[in-house]
Amino acid sequence: MEPDALAAALTRLAPRLAPDGRAVARLTRLSGGASQETWAFEVETPAAPVSLILRRRPEGLQPDPERTAALAAEAALIAAAGRAGAPVPAVIHVCTPQDGIGEAYVMARVEGETLGARIVRQDAFAAVRPGLARRCGEVLAAIHAVDDPALEGLRTADARSELDRYEAIYRETGAERPVFELGFRMLRARAPVLERPVLVHGDFRNGNLIVHPQRGLAAVLDWELAHLGDPAEDLGWICVNSWRFGRHDKPVGGFGDTRDLLDGYAAAGGTPVSPERVAYWQALGSLKWGVMCLIMYRSFATGADPSVERAMIGRRASEAEIDLLPLLEAMA
Amino acid sequence: MSTHPTAQELIEAVIGFIETRAAPQLKDRDAFLARVAVNALATVKRELALAEHAETQAATRLRDLLGEDGDGATLNRRLCERIRSGDQPADAALFEHLRLATADQVRIDQPGYSGLKALEERI
Repeated sequence: MEPDALAAALTRLAPRLAPDGRAVARLTRLSGGASQETWAFEVETPAAPVSLILRRRPEGLQPDPERTAALAAEAALIAAAGRAGAPVPAVIHVCTPQDGIGEAYVMARVEGETLGARIVRQDAFAAVRPGLARRCGEVLAAIHAVDDPALEGLRTADARSELDRYEAIYRETGAERPVFELGFRMLRARAPVLERPVLVHGDFRNGNLIVHPQRGLAAVLDWELAHLGDPAEDLGWICVNSWRFGRHDKPVGGFGDTRDLLDGYAAAGGTPVSPERVAYWQALGSLKWGVMCLIMYRSFATGADPSVERAMIGRRASEAEIDLLPLLEAMA
Repeated sequence: MSTHPTAQELIEAVIGFIETRAAPQLKDRDAFLARVAVNALATVKRELALAEHAETQAATRLRDLLGEDGDGATLNRRLCERIRSGDQPADAALFEHLRLATADQVRIDQPGYSGLKALEERI
């Protein structure tokens, strides 16, 4: 859909997006995500303009039901997580076919920073950084406690099914990487049993969090990989070194310590999780990230995305290996 | 005396052209991609300098570890098969080889990566 046509459709919708909403301005594409578009725009009103975000499925792209939920279901999940106490952007409107925008929803724009490198380094965030890991634990406890009809229809994944999925992809690439082979073998032998599936965000990491310089964690974004699964999956994923932005010494997102994360989780009512189980999912997280790097390179190699960026991401598979090795050695 | 540019010099010339002439004229996504392009060329430059030695070392280690002969690629494939089938014990000798091989690869791919520094402190 062309930006002009999208702006026109959003303008028709404006009265429902903001009180006395009149026209839409400053429509800007924010990211070129593979399965979703994100647009920022403003709705002009007699008072101040209202800043909003549109999440939209590109035309012609059929979502993989094994991986991602429909956007209306994603919007319902975000709203349910918000009711359970997690900071999320308010969902303003879920689009219907009559809106002429396609599969999409509109949410509030939350003030703050999403770029992980700035969150871990800039002085502006120095005051909120020390409390951020504990707050992440509290927020994950709230997400994992969501009990809502919005969970119906979500896929369930445990360590074993994740290993099956990613090993199948790895085999298909034809790669011969002994560290990944060892990862599949060792993590399979130690796969924890999923006793009680909970709502797992699925991509809870520095980069998908909006952090405000004064208010700290202001919103959790990117719910498209949400599923039912092991609570330690989210706790381990935010510890993967690839999103510590150089701060190897701060295991939680490059800003905090695992102890604070787990304390915050338990204090907010989360069923206590052992550091070993978190380390297991951190290792599985690095392994998954390594396989994702191989897939993204594939899209370059097949010509689907000929950008130099896609090519170079394939060279990040070794970063996953170097993070995975000590974790495997510690469990050997 | 060399009478034509080395591969290293050609790469350096292209990096210099992108950084000083081309990149300043680009913006937004193209400016970002120009930085990625410079990173790609720097990776090629490091690979030219480091890969051959790393591969020789890896092949020597693999011959000891596997007790087999062959070229580096064949031995690496054998190692993958043996790990997958469970024939290769996850012991100190295996981890030693994997640590050295992975560190060599990251020195080519991303020498500034924090995980490399952490691993080097243990080698």
